[in-house]
Amino acid sequence: MTLSPGTEVRVRDDWPERRGPCHIRTPHYVRGRMGMVARHLGNFPNPEDLAFGRPAPVRALYHVAFAQPPLFAEGTAGDDILIELFEHWLEPA
Amino acid sequence: MSPPPRPAMVDLLARFEAALAARGLLEPGEVEARIAITDRASPAIGAAMVARAWTDAGYRALLLADGRAAAEDMGVTMVGSPPLGVLADAPGLHHLVVCTLCSCYPRAVLGYPPHWYKTAAYRARAVRDPRGVLAEWGTVLPEGTRVRVVDSTADYRWMVLPEQPPETLGWGAERLAGIVTRDVLVGVALPVPV
Amino acid sequence: MNETPTPATHDIGGDPRFRCVAVERDEAPPDGFGKRVDAIRQILAAKGLMTVDELRRGIESLPPEQYFDLSYYEKWLLSITRLMAEKGLVEEEFS
Repeated sequence: MTLSPGTEVRVRDDWPERRGPCHIRTPHYVRGRMGMVARHLGNFPNPEDLAFGRPAPVRALYHVAFAQPPLFAEGTAGDDILIELFEHWLEPA
Repeated sequence: MSPPPRPAMVDLLARFEAALAARGLLEPGEVEARIAITDRASPAIGAAMVARAWTDAGYRALLLADGRAAAEDMGVTMVGSPPLGVLADAPGLHHLVVCTLCSCYPRAVLGYPPHWYKTAAYRARAVRDPRGVLAEWGTVLPEGTRVRVVDSTADYRWMVLPEQPPETLGWGAERLAGIVTRDVLVGVALPVPV
Repeated sequence: MNETPTPATHDIGGDPRFRCVAVERDEAPPDGFGKRVDAIRQILAAKGLMTVDELRRGIESLPPEQYFDLSYYEKWLLSITRLMAEKGLVEEEFS
């Protein structure tokens, strides 16, 4: 099911880099944080598999917006950060 | 400044090219030909796309809906290039592009990324303190403008479509493109009418 | 917040170590070495021998002291040569 714009999501608070070699495109600073889907950008092979030459299933990619001040203390209210995140990193808010 | 490569690295590159050639994986002249193709991309392409979007509502719509098609419409070959996303600034909204994980950059329409875009300081600070980074460029946003940082983490490459300065209404495409610098297309600067 | 794990070496968005470091405004294009490395990556990718994701994985696996000391294209070169050795496409001396 494709998430609609405006859907509130939470980024999985997962740290695969602590378990062994991996390649992930979800920045550390949004793990476990709440964001809002801006739009569905399309479906792309999972880079976590491509990086190791494994067969890479196609995953939905979303632009997700995060309010800036909760992420970084010196942020300005009203500013935000837009990040491309794959569906398997998102869970219901 | 980016220092010259270490002699050991220059040597490694030469040995590696020879090894690839010996295995038939690299043809004579292939590297030079690829460099020549890569050198053809420059911020002039992105600037021309912005200038056209400012004066042609249909092109602006295409640019925002499908950046890759909009680049191809300007004669850019996008085969093998990642999708191009275009971020439209608006009254009260300004975009800034960064890649905190590596150096993703819309090379097909901007050319090689500049050294500063790849530095740890830019990658670390653009998400944490975007207004401080803008201040280093001397960029002053209109009062009340929200900053939206775009961390380029996956399959798209992102370019900013700034607002057209009102003083430039009626300018021709070439003159308009002249005020759209690489820094403007990344979002660290605003177009300045000159 | 205090229990947040340490991010991977390359995952430096917001990294407080760089909070007070001015951005080095070098506008120069890559030098000849960098352009060759860049071109070889494109050529190997076009031949289906490597992906940009594999390039990144190789760069990210460099130890922190190399990650922050080597130049951009020196890191690329090490990643590419090791990847090609890993795939058995060049000799082991490149691993």
